[in-house]
Amino acid sequence: MANKGWNEFEIGAMLRTFDGKIDDIAGTRQEDRAYSENSSFVASVADWRIEKPIFSKDFCIDCQFCWIYCPDMSIIARDKKMIGVDMDHCKGCGICVEVCPTNPKSLLMFPEQADEETELAQWPAKDEEKK
Amino acid sequence: MSEMKKIKNLKEFSTSADRFEGANLLCPGCAHSIIVREVLNATNDDLVLSASTGCLEVCTAVYPYTSWDASWIHIGFENGSTAVAGAEAMYNALRNKGRLKQPDRNPKFISFAGDGASYDIGFQWISGCMERGHNMMHVVLDNEVYANTGGQRSSSTPIGSSSTTAPAGRVSYGEKKNKKDMVSIMASHGIPYSAQVAPNKWKDMVKKIQHGFSVDGPVFINAVSPCTTEWKFDPKDTMMLSDLSTDSLVFPLYEIIDGHELNITYRPKNVVPVEEYLAAQGRFKHLFKDQYKYLIKEWQERVDAKWAYLNRREEARV
Repeated sequence: MANKGWNEFEIGAMLRTFDGKIDDIAGTRQEDRAYSENSSFVASVADWRIEKPIFSKDFCIDCQFCWIYCPDMSIIARDKKMIGVDMDHCKGCGICVEVCPTNPKSLLMFPEQADEETELAQWPAKDEEKK
Repeated sequence: MSEMKKIKNLKEFSTSADRFEGANLLCPGCAHSIIVREVLNATNDDLVLSASTGCLEVCTAVYPYTSWDASWIHIGFENGSTAVAGAEAMYNALRNKGRLKQPDRNPKFISFAGDGASYDIGFQWISGCMERGHNMMHVVLDNEVYANTGGQRSSSTPIGSSSTTAPAGRVSYGEKKNKKDMVSIMASHGIPYSAQVAPNKWKDMVKKIQHGFSVDGPVFINAVSPCTTEWKFDPKDTMMLSDLSTDSLVFPLYEIIDGHELNITYRPKNVVPVEEYLAAQGRFKHLFKDQYKYLIKEWQERVDAKWAYLNRREEARV
């Protein structure tokens, strides 16, 4: 290494996020991107969760509070609509549930093993006393 | 100059494609990535990023993974800002020589650093960047403690906070020194724009970041980042703590243009007592013992004095 100039110097650790040539990344949605095996997008932190959020479409007003305040890019919003939760990257912090303004909430936390369909069927009704 | 991204409301903002990826190793409920997302999504231009050592750096670049979809560099604890400044200087040199392959692209140069890497260790380097007038932005993720290494005090740690190197106990109430006023220090360099932001006020934040991109010269942004691990609160309460910090005026939101023109950008309708902000965090738990109650009163007085000072400066335009 001592005798090498800058031009021969080997790159220590450079990770490429994408395979191939990338042109407009800010205009490409996650599902259309060619992630390489070095992007953390291909990894999962699902095993961090103790509780998971379940999304009920019925009461959602697409305010996108959950999208902006999600620390893990796990709220999937497409065409100004909230579609669902990315369960590979959600760490189960519960911020989305806290910031949800609807009555009843459109997102609620349940234990990781809870069944989504069962919970959606018994979603809480509107709380009349709360304003 | 490329056109600024138009963001009128949150629905329009939500059509942004994130350039920061999930499955990073930040704690659940960490405000760092909320701030990073709001900064990166404020523009559609190419990005040249760096991160100084800290939570953000160690958690987003764990070999063999990277969480960044833009060119990103990490060198040392202190010189994340100078790395970006160097890249910016090189870019300008190549443009002046006409050797850029795509001269119409307008990359944004941003360095991220924690409060340790900005207030203490990287202070001299940032000061140099601001003084030399690079066209870059430095964003501080201010969680008031060295959270990455186990919660040592930094010069951003406020009075009364219990940290591992200034713990509260039988003889001490924890940190005894007041927090450094970094925004004013940086504004004193005469830089075109410096501001304090909070993740819960996303619109204010995006407006400030876009203003920062539009000016020619160094920009300093201090972002409040409630730390669930070191401030000791429940991960789900991150946004509540951020709300409390801005509404209690502990972190007033303001901007300083050209080093002298101060504008307060957010005036809470209902100002929350500082006591509520302190009570929500485990690191201030001991202040509610009888012998330390006087510190809460002092806190309130300090916050009120700072708010009055900001108001007077805004009025006087100096």
